[in-house]
Amino acid sequence: MFRFILRRLLQMVLAFFGTTLIVYALMFAGQGDPIQALAGERPVTAAQRAYLTEKFHLDKTGIDGFFYRYFDYVTNLLQGDLGQSLTGRQIGDILAAAWPVTIKLALIAMAVTILVGVTAGVLAGIRRASIFDNSTLLLTLLVLGIPTIVLAPLAQYFLGVKWQLFPPTAGAEPDLYALLLPGIVLGSLSLATALRLTRTSVAENLRADYVRTARSKGLVKRRIVGIHVLRNSLIPVVTFLGVELGNLMSGAIITEGVFNIPGVGFNLFRGIRTEDGPLVVGIVSVLVVVYLVSNLVVDVLYAVLDPRIRYE
Amino acid sequence: MTQSAVHPTPASPTPEGGHLLEVRDLHVEFRTTEGVAKVINGVSYHLDAGETLAVLGESGSGKSVTAQAIMGILDTPPAVIRSGQILYRGRDLLTQPEEQRRQVRGKEIAMIFQDALSALNPTFPVGWQIGETLRQRAGMSRGDARRRAVELMDLVKIPAAATRLGDYPHQFSGGMRQRVMIAMALAMNPKVLIADEPTTALDVTVQAQIMDLLADLRRDLDMAMILITHDLGVVAGVADRIAVMYAGRIVEHADVRSLYKAPAHPYTKGLLESIPRMDVRGQQLSTIRGLPPNLMRIPSGCPFHPRCPYVQQVCVDVVPHDLVLGDGRTSACHFAQEVRDDSAR
Repeated sequence: MFRFILRRLLQMVLAFFGTTLIVYALMFAGQGDPIQALAGERPVTAAQRAYLTEKFHLDKTGIDGFFYRYFDYVTNLLQGDLGQSLTGRQIGDILAAAWPVTIKLALIAMAVTILVGVTAGVLAGIRRASIFDNSTLLLTLLVLGIPTIVLAPLAQYFLGVKWQLFPPTAGAEPDLYALLLPGIVLGSLSLATALRLTRTSVAENLRADYVRTARSKGLVKRRIVGIHVLRNSLIPVVTFLGVELGNLMSGAIITEGVFNIPGVGFNLFRGIRTEDGPLVVGIVSVLVVVYLVSNLVVDVLYAVLDPRIRYE
Repeated sequence: MTQSAVHPTPASPTPEGGHLLEVRDLHVEFRTTEGVAKVINGVSYHLDAGETLAVLGESGSGKSVTAQAIMGILDTPPAVIRSGQILYRGRDLLTQPEEQRRQVRGKEIAMIFQDALSALNPTFPVGWQIGETLRQRAGMSRGDARRRAVELMDLVKIPAAATRLGDYPHQFSGGMRQRVMIAMALAMNPKVLIADEPTTALDVTVQAQIMDLLADLRRDLDMAMILITHDLGVVAGVADRIAVMYAGRIVEHADVRSLYKAPAHPYTKGLLESIPRMDVRGQQLSTIRGLPPNLMRIPSGCPFHPRCPYVQQVCVDVVPHDLVLGDGRTSACHFAQEVRDDSAR
């Protein structure tokens, strides 16, 4: 296990450099005149141009220049300096403000997924082909069929504006209540998937041979389902939830955008829209790390949950 | 073999008697979307304390379903028990409420299954799984259950049992896994052990070891055993009596010695003739022609008639009753006498 984790960590280093390089290249390689892009419509004086060329090492051109700037960027990154956005703010500060919001949102979504999705999935799996099972099937298909870009404004309009059960937007420093509705919307998609996955897994395990053995031992049904079946059927569910938490942590561009939540996804979207190269690359670099770490955690978790899985 | 070897089998219907376990005229159907499969069509057999009954038959003959009906672990639906009785110590299990039946499972009647890898829970250590029965059923503490689990694993001859308590089923070899299964079944000192094809998933040398172990345990712990198998070779050394099943019925019922010597049903005769023999060289292995019947459409009359070399018109028209042949033997064949005399030659 230790060797496995070590090898994965080394692979993560490679993956990190690979992805940052690609994102960096995509963001900057296509720019014609970065200094003019920075200034927008306003004219740039010769002195300003000289200063900025010096600051961003734009005097070097071609592939050499690109790699020079990339390594310069990565060196700063490794020292914990994410650099400045084009608006002059420290990217580190932007992320420090955005991350707690996104994490809160992700945790609400995850709580909704587990409380509603997994519970309903277990029930639907036990009562296969019942009214409950069929209605959850219908509902989850509906949710899976509606894209977030439709679901989020609908929820915002009806629950937020029309019936005023929730605040329609979150604002600068949202409290938990303001994040509840976006959290439910965000969680509904993983909820639907978790429900289907749990249901299938429970139904499958109820038919397994070891259940017959447990019955022949004279155990009560509650114990057979609650201990034997659940322990086995939740293995794929927990790994799914782990991957999903990683996804949610990296921000929800659409949901954060619709509800005006100043989280990671919101800032990333703004960075893309305003062609703020340093901001986009900075956020994506951090997201890559979050994603890689969460995947590693899931792999380790999988081995802990399923004794048949052993990593060399 | 034990001294209780030959028990006379009374002709059906069995009179009130002191049988430990008795199945009477059991009918079970499987209701599926494709139709109704008549899986068990009037099975009767009994088991006395301390004896071993082998139930022999090919896949789909209903031998496992009968055993699961005894255990009360049939999945209903799709299975439906149409009629019949399963008497344990004279009381009908089928009329008892579930809670009472649960008390019987594992404690009075225990069962071991064919494929121990899938029959054991893959995510719990074997010691935990053996101990679970003791903790849940006998109210033992964790520590006591662990100690008893080690004893049980010693009993089934798992080497270094104490160190293997925390291992998972997949970390054992096939034979050792089956021993774990047996240890688990023995936890509550059952009076009846049902072994459903306990050696089918194992290779031949291990098969013999497991059969020997089962025979020893049955004797030492004074249990009665129902051994379900499709392998005639497995039966010979262990069983006292044999019940041969075909299409959900018992077609022949006899003590081991006389059945091997002179089978009285064409199906049993066919089975015995299809065993490869070391003493007869250069002869083609005989087989039973045809296939087992579709249980949704069982042939008229004797269900074996389409495959039977002795077939006559009466076999197509009339369902044969159990013919009593003396020595407690029965055979559900119109020509049982002829078949037996043929075989004896």
